[in-house]
Amino acid sequence: MIYMSKAAKTEKNPNQSNGTEKEISLSIDDQDVIVSRGSTILDAARKKGIRIPTLCYHPALPPIGSCRLCVVEIEGIDRPATACNTEALEGMRVTTRSERLFNLRREVIKMILAHHPLNCSPCPINGECELQDLAYEYDISEMDSDEYRIQIEEFPWKPFSTPILDYHPRRCILCGRCVKICSDIRGLGAITMDGAGAKALIKPVMADDDAASLCISCGECMRVCPVNAIEERMGGIKGKPWETKKVQTTCTYCGVGCQLDLNVVNNRVVGVTTRDEAGVNKGRLCSKGRFGYTFIHSEDRLIRPLIRNEKGGLEETTWTQAMTHIAREFRRTKKEYGPDSLAGLSSARCTNEENYLFQRLIRQVFGTNNVDHCARL
Amino acid sequence: MAGLAAVFGSGAMTNSIEDIEKADVILITGTNTTENHPIIAQGIKRAVERGNTRLVVVDPRRIDLVNQANYWLRQRPGTDVAWINGLMHWIIKKNLHDKEFIAQRCEGFERLAQEVEKYTPEYCESVTGIPSEDIKSVAELIGSAERTSFLYAMGITQHVTGTDNVKSIANLAMITGNVGRYATGVNPLRGQNNVQGACDMGALPNVFTGYQPVTDPDAQKRCRDVWGAETLPDKTGMTLTQMTPAILKGKIKGMYIMGENPVISDPNSSHVEEALEKIGFLVVQDIFLTETARFADVVLPGTTWAEKDGTFTNTERRVQLVRAAIDPVGHSFPDWRILQRIAQLMGTPMDFSSPEQIFNEIRRVTPIYAGITYARIEKEGGIQWPCPDIDHPGTPYLHKDGFKIGKGILTPISYKPPAEIPDKGYPLLLTTGRMQFHYHTGTMSRRCKSLNTLAPSPLLDVHPEDAKALGLMEGDMARVLSRRGEIETRVHITKTVNRGEVFTTFHFSESPVNRLTNDALDPVAQIPEYKVCAVRVEKI
Ligand code: SF4
Ligand code: SF4
Ligand code: FES
Repeated sequence: MIYMSKAAKTEKNPNQSNGTEKEISLSIDDQDVIVSRGSTILDAARKKGIRIPTLCYHPALPPIGSCRLCVVEIEGIDRPATACNTEALEGMRVTTRSERLFNLRREVIKMILAHHPLNCSPCPINGECELQDLAYEYDISEMDSDEYRIQIEEFPWKPFSTPILDYHPRRCILCGRCVKICSDIRGLGAITMDGAGAKALIKPVMADDDAASLCISCGECMRVCPVNAIEERMGGIKGKPWETKKVQTTCTYCGVGCQLDLNVVNNRVVGVTTRDEAGVNKGRLCSKGRFGYTFIHSEDRLIRPLIRNEKGGLEETTWTQAMTHIAREFRRTKKEYGPDSLAGLSSARCTNEENYLFQRLIRQVFGTNNVDHCARL
Repeated sequence: MAGLAAVFGSGAMTNSIEDIEKADVILITGTNTTENHPIIAQGIKRAVERGNTRLVVVDPRRIDLVNQANYWLRQRPGTDVAWINGLMHWIIKKNLHDKEFIAQRCEGFERLAQEVEKYTPEYCESVTGIPSEDIKSVAELIGSAERTSFLYAMGITQHVTGTDNVKSIANLAMITGNVGRYATGVNPLRGQNNVQGACDMGALPNVFTGYQPVTDPDAQKRCRDVWGAETLPDKTGMTLTQMTPAILKGKIKGMYIMGENPVISDPNSSHVEEALEKIGFLVVQDIFLTETARFADVVLPGTTWAEKDGTFTNTERRVQLVRAAIDPVGHSFPDWRILQRIAQLMGTPMDFSSPEQIFNEIRRVTPIYAGITYARIEKEGGIQWPCPDIDHPGTPYLHKDGFKIGKGILTPISYKPPAEIPDKGYPLLLTTGRMQFHYHTGTMSRRCKSLNTLAPSPLLDVHPEDAKALGLMEGDMARVLSRRGEIETRVHITKTVNRGEVFTTFHFSESPVNRLTNDALDPVAQIPEYKVCAVRVEKI
């Protein structure tokens, strides 16, 4: 029997006997699993709650198959197969745990860690890192990786595909997720893996004509990188995962209404992340949604009411003074010139509740229908 | 979105974001989707790549999606009615219109057919500049496709003829039977995050929440009862664009502006400044001291979306939650608290203790929101109105079993040239729009370091040939003059614009492009003509 990787298989295999049935059954670690045809072994295992460790695999991406961490044994085949890109077939008998597999996986991680410094404490994702978790699970310290220790080069800083992201070659484990999301999901291909082996790097691709980057600064590559090798350049200091509160909300920028998580540390918004399944955007964002949060703590924020003084300038005042002045002036104007001498402009940026109260205020309290907002614009 | 409301009885996107990808043909016009709605653009690209969807782009600019398009029709700005009529002409001529749908669901077909009679492909070519062969091919493509989804944005509505443009698209969708079914429809993509919600909530001079006319006695009664009001005004109020002249004439004396910046966003902005200078009493509530707030008598510090709870309604009518992530910054307050306090001080009792309570009142006066609750949104991940009761699943596409107003009305529309066309003194056509890195008047996005790094200054897109004639090089400073004003900006030479046309964005207060634009209004929708105005460009 030949197992094909999912990427290689496009047409239906005519030799498969029961090729018309939608479901197939196989056994994984002696448990029977039924999955739809076309599923990978990894899909099947996850359906049963059997964990196979992965690193280059990401649910938002087609399988990459570069890390070989997800190796499993299939009865009748000598070489272990990678579960993330091998199709599950009828009658397969799969083993996910054995001493041989453990050792294979351990070597994979050791090799990666020979290249990626285990310098975790200053890393912002310390505690929320897939690689760190694996190092812990497979009990690997820097010393274990020593046998692979290749002379680490110091890479000079180079501009990435956009000025708002930084790429850290030392951290990069060359899994290829970033390249995949940019080419397959974004449809841009603004970055590529350049070179071979441990010396490869992720590099920007320039458009042929004017040497401009193809990148649109969406930050999707940063989102899927498992080891924080692509980082926001101007976002300021993030918190550690355990002190970060994630609040799911709706983006404030356009009418699509993407779902995102504001990351909060000490009552400050320090970043934006997404959940792979949430909202119409399913984890994706554009540059405004992902990087457009720093205005929240801008120094220019108004923090107190202002009132015009005798000299004609605006000066700070108290809420009580501001509000009584407003109520008095609107009441006076209404009394002297009638309700239609008042008008209100509401906002397409404010919430439904605020817009509702605003029009209620103008209609019921001011007594006029002179209310509008910038929808036309 | 008055055009669509007049035809279908509702001005919202008829279908959902998700089903656009499933259409056989997608026609997009007047929207640089990649820049303004990137998530939707990705869906379109995906659909085209899968090979089941044909993409037609109608735009004077060589926008990004042109790269994916099967057809790119490059019309002269302001000639939209002509090409749409041209498509309908050829569809009817080839007998590709959906006769059954027209007979059952529409009225006015004969008059429409008569009107489009004269829009032969050749005549269209002479008006719009689109080759007649392309008009024929696209007409046949749409006419024979099972599902076509029509997408448009401000590029269509911001014309003197904006209402006509929208009605024309609706005509085209109806005669091809592309309404009321999955993966079809007339789909305006809304620019600001909660434009849909602001409209739904009745922040409009003619309707209460849920598009209930202020003149309707039932709606009046419903609001009076719930609000505890003895009377409510029942005559239509003034639109934003009517307010400026009314202030100048001394009719409006006091104004409350919440979270808007008309000094930058309004057409002919020097006019707006004059009005705000003159007005007796002005309150502006915002997060920054905007160009508009500088004119205020009292400025109130509101909060950003990160500091408040509530809901937004997206462009596909989906009501979603907004959750406070941090406390209000400084001594600011969530806007709803401020509004409630003013009402109280002016003698009207209002006593909400949370946005959720306000929402529950909204449900009581708004039939299309009646079945939506915070708990359901949380559980179901957003609900699309109309949702009349608590068991209703929400509505992914509208008009499934008929239009709200009975039959869909086909309106014959004839082409009218734009209000201002280039002449000797002002030989170039300026169009304005948005770009992906900034938002609206830039008050928020320009204060984000990352975004401002990507696009630090405004640019005027000029075609290479025009640049040569004007002696302009990439990066030069130029002065742009119209009959109303002038601005200075840097030049970017690119073929994305056609010869004779220039383009710029309106996010930058240092080059307030609305000093130039025309405040001639669409007579129905009262949308100013932003898209087209005649200008002269000079090297500085
Ligand atoms: S930058 Fe991150 S996502 Fe890209 S290859 Fe390196 S580790 Fe993987
Ligand atoms: S920011 Fe977006 S476009 Fe740029 S390289 Fe990353 S994924 Fe590609
Ligand atoms: S997860 Fe399967 S090869 Fe990386």
